[in-house]
Amino acid sequence: MKISTRRIDKATILDVTGNIDMSNSPEVRKALLHEIREKGVTRVALNLTGVGYIDSSGVASLVEGLKASRESGSRFVLFGLSDSAREVLKISRLLKLFEVYDNEAQAIAS
Amino acid sequence: MDPIAAKQPRDMKKSAKVSRSFLLKLELRSHPTLLCVIRGALQPLMEMLGFSPEHNREIIRAVDEAVANIMRHSYQGRLDQPIEVYCNRLQRRTNGEIEQGVEVLLFDCGPAVDTTKLEARPLDEVRPGGLGLHIIRGSMDTVQYKRAGRLNRLRLVKFARSSKGGCGSTEEKSS
Repeated sequence: MKISTRRIDKATILDVTGNIDMSNSPEVRKALLHEIREKGVTRVALNLTGVGYIDSSGVASLVEGLKASRESGSRFVLFGLSDSAREVLKISRLLKLFEVYDNEAQAIAS
Repeated sequence: MDPIAAKQPRDMKKSAKVSRSFLLKLELRSHPTLLCVIRGALQPLMEMLGFSPEHNREIIRAVDEAVANIMRHSYQGRLDQPIEVYCNRLQRRTNGEIEQGVEVLLFDCGPAVDTTKLEARPLDEVRPGGLGLHIIRGSMDTVQYKRAGRLNRLRLVKFARSSKGGCGSTEEKSS
């Protein structure tokens, strides 16, 4: 799994490629919290276009990112969810909790 | 070597007797980087068994979460402990039609699981963690835990055309 960061206007986009599971979800959590808490970015968009699979530990990392963004008054949005990623959020009843967009343009314009 | 660890492979051999004939057997250590290997092995098998892409994802998700739980809870993060995964074909007759299914058995040598702690947490609590059990139960038709001698055995069953929880009163037959 790889995570890279880029900036568009006032938003930071985290591009994740590969699968997110127990072996690497702490890296996702660390990257999210670094942007939200330490760098104080006001809008973070997580690009999951390149993520085919995400497990419950990955979902937990997303929840931590969401909670951190709420605490810091920033926005945290997701885009490019695969069927698998969407299903795991749905079965966890967390899909409605996140701002989810189909693509980057929508996520940035939101 | 830890004397208990030295006995574990012998204990694991007993699991083969429990599992009857099987389509696939995987033996792995409790290292999280091996989760992708399990997912990679299961996907073509479930396709071969005729599961739809959606059911395929559900089965893989459930097995992945179950193995991750073994690594995290049963072995408490130790990376070199044995885990075995068996896949068997199942059939059942429902309303005169034969449905194909799969039975996945997972064995580990960790301490017995306190079954009172096998309740998934309420989902209305928005907090990280504790979702694995809920995902397993929500993805499979049958989820059964059993202590088998010195082994933990988790049995997961899914039928190709089933709706969740619908196989309780029907005959299951391994082929």
